[in-house]
Amino acid sequence: MSSPAPFLCLRGVSKRFGPTRALSDVELQAGSDELLVVLGPTGAGKTTLLRTIAGLQKPDAGVIEMEGRDVTALDPSQRDVALVFQNFSLYPRWTVRRNLEFPLRAPGRNMTEAEIGARVTWAAELLQIVRLLDREASRLSGGEMQRVAIGRAIVRRPRLFLLDEPLTNLDAKLREVLRIELVALRRELRAPMVFVTHDQAEALSMADRIVVLSGGRVLQAGLPRDIYERPSSLVVARQLGQPAINLLAVRRIDGHWTASDGTRLMPAAATGASEALLGIRPEHIILEDSALSSTRLDSDQGVAAGVSPARETRLKLVEHAGATTTLACDWAGAHVHIVVTGRVTLRPGDRVQLRIVAARALLFDPRAGGLS
Amino acid sequence: MSFLSLERLQKTYGDGTIAVRDIELSIESGELVVLLGPSGCGKTTTLRMIAGLERATSGTVRLAGSDITQLSPARRDVGMVFQFYALYPHLTVRENIGFPLRAARAPAAEVQRRVDAVAARMELGPLLASYPRQLSGGDQQKVALARAIVRHPAVYLMDEPLGTLDADQRLEMRELIRAHQLLSRVTTIYVTHDQEEALSLADRVVVMDGGRIRQVGAPGDVYDRPADLFVARFVGSPGMNLIQGEVVRRGTGVAFVSATGAVELELPLGSQASAGSVTLGVRCEHIHEDAAGPIAGRLLMEEYLGNACNVHLETAVGRLVMRTAQSTGYARGSGLRVRLDPSQLSLFDSASGERR
Repeated sequence: MSSPAPFLCLRGVSKRFGPTRALSDVELQAGSDELLVVLGPTGAGKTTLLRTIAGLQKPDAGVIEMEGRDVTALDPSQRDVALVFQNFSLYPRWTVRRNLEFPLRAPGRNMTEAEIGARVTWAAELLQIVRLLDREASRLSGGEMQRVAIGRAIVRRPRLFLLDEPLTNLDAKLREVLRIELVALRRELRAPMVFVTHDQAEALSMADRIVVLSGGRVLQAGLPRDIYERPSSLVVARQLGQPAINLLAVRRIDGHWTASDGTRLMPAAATGASEALLGIRPEHIILEDSALSSTRLDSDQGVAAGVSPARETRLKLVEHAGATTTLACDWAGAHVHIVVTGRVTLRPGDRVQLRIVAARALLFDPRAGGLS
Repeated sequence: MSFLSLERLQKTYGDGTIAVRDIELSIESGELVVLLGPSGCGKTTTLRMIAGLERATSGTVRLAGSDITQLSPARRDVGMVFQFYALYPHLTVRENIGFPLRAARAPAAEVQRRVDAVAARMELGPLLASYPRQLSGGDQQKVALARAIVRHPAVYLMDEPLGTLDADQRLEMRELIRAHQLLSRVTTIYVTHDQEEALSLADRVVVMDGGRIRQVGAPGDVYDRPADLFVARFVGSPGMNLIQGEVVRRGTGVAFVSATGAVELELPLGSQASAGSVTLGVRCEHIHEDAAGPIAGRLLMEEYLGNACNVHLETAVGRLVMRTAQSTGYARGSGLRVRLDPSQLSLFDSASGERR
């Protein structure tokens, strides 16, 4: 996926707005045929990062390179990047065609009418909006508008695409569809893309690699699976996964990590800290009497070896949401969520026995928040 | 007689656009009914007609036996919660929650008591003296919810109340709403475009499209037995896989033959047996990789979801999405074969789109 020499490279990029540090010493690379997702909550510095890459603002410190060339001092137009925003920035009274042609008619482009027509047709076909070309932008649905906005970005075939939460304002169903289309589109274009979002599902499902940003700092960068399974800190662990990772306060007692209510969760190493936060994903808690979770165990024998002893509790919530079921209960001194594939016949109030897949547990230092 | 009923309710705008067409719906007391559909399907207009914020062009809204179609919003015993609920920024949380009671001229002692009670129930006690700007988005929504339920209306009307929250906050709020609903047994009508939210919250889901009701049913029914192709596609993430083909007789049984790729699948006996052009539907979790499976495909992409994976396949019968517990580990373009769980198939009439 990432080529030997990265297409985009940020080194030590910092940006301040008055007393606020928007970006602190950001290091980031994107390959020439890669979809890099920057994931972070509101205020993490995601938009500032994109605007800095685009050249809409200059960093206070640090270097931005594209294809090995320092572009830090270059104007946006010299960088040849395209930016797509959350709010579909179209001219409402213009037709879709005119909106798509607009970037190609910019001064200095000198494209012939035939070339412009060919480019618009190419982009419209790629985005399946040919039938909308003569419609006024104000008459489009939200999803159609965002398709056209993306079309306006790709039509001039920039070197790099920057997308700022482009799916956030759309209906859930449309987001789901466009997510898949965007990945396919980028592969077709074979161009690098930096996609900014606060939505962990978007990040996990779309990214070739994820960069987790928080408070203007890069907390972790890596493959979606690595970040999900081996988060470098508590903050990252909580940022990925839906429902969020369960966190249990544990102490080492008689060689076991033991919850505040006395539940023995798993064996503990003899040395090291005596207190920790044990992180366990909702799909790695096993419902003892559920036929569904025993199926999961069978399919994952290596993990089954490290299962903790069961401990009983009462279910507080059972949510069937299609292909999976989410359950919640108070257990091991915390409010925990459990996710199982398929349906269960259990109801709130039912007694269940819970265990964790110990091999999948993560231990965090309760003070520093890092892996312990 | 049902508690709240909509009888042939219709909304036509001045330019002739029909937003809601001839809707019939009966809601029992204590039910949580979710109106689900894409933007422009008429769900919000329906809710607003129940609230009295939108005047019905024709038809009747009946609450507890009386016709309330012509009543002003204030005279209907309903509590509305909006998506972008504007809390009064200059009022404290306590004053915000108590606002509807004070507006109804309730005595100060009663306002205090009711606010304290709802705040305790929703764990807002420590925030009562704060101002909205000092609260997180999730806490602001909680305050909005508390304000809506402080009045004990006969019906709660909720218009995408979780729309601006992130996924974790939404789950937290769903738990809250559910817990609340179980406690109070007050009828709630809830509008959302998010099918997951609908399936997880509702006692019954009403799927709408183009101003019409497509299906009314328990979440499991709507998911497992969609009434038509629209519901099949809209409900579920991803929507149902759909394969064109026809039903043919095979000896004493029936089989499905795909329109492309000549894949033949035996159908359970007696199932919607009449021959003809059909669309076969199957959910992603009922497609399984199987070296001896009847459908050959090529891996297009995988959507990693953390706790699962959506595997997109290009096959002889069209594009299919299969749900797996983890990544298949195959490279893009790899060939693999799949089978469909025969007990989990839906059949739709291709011409009408309706379930057979």
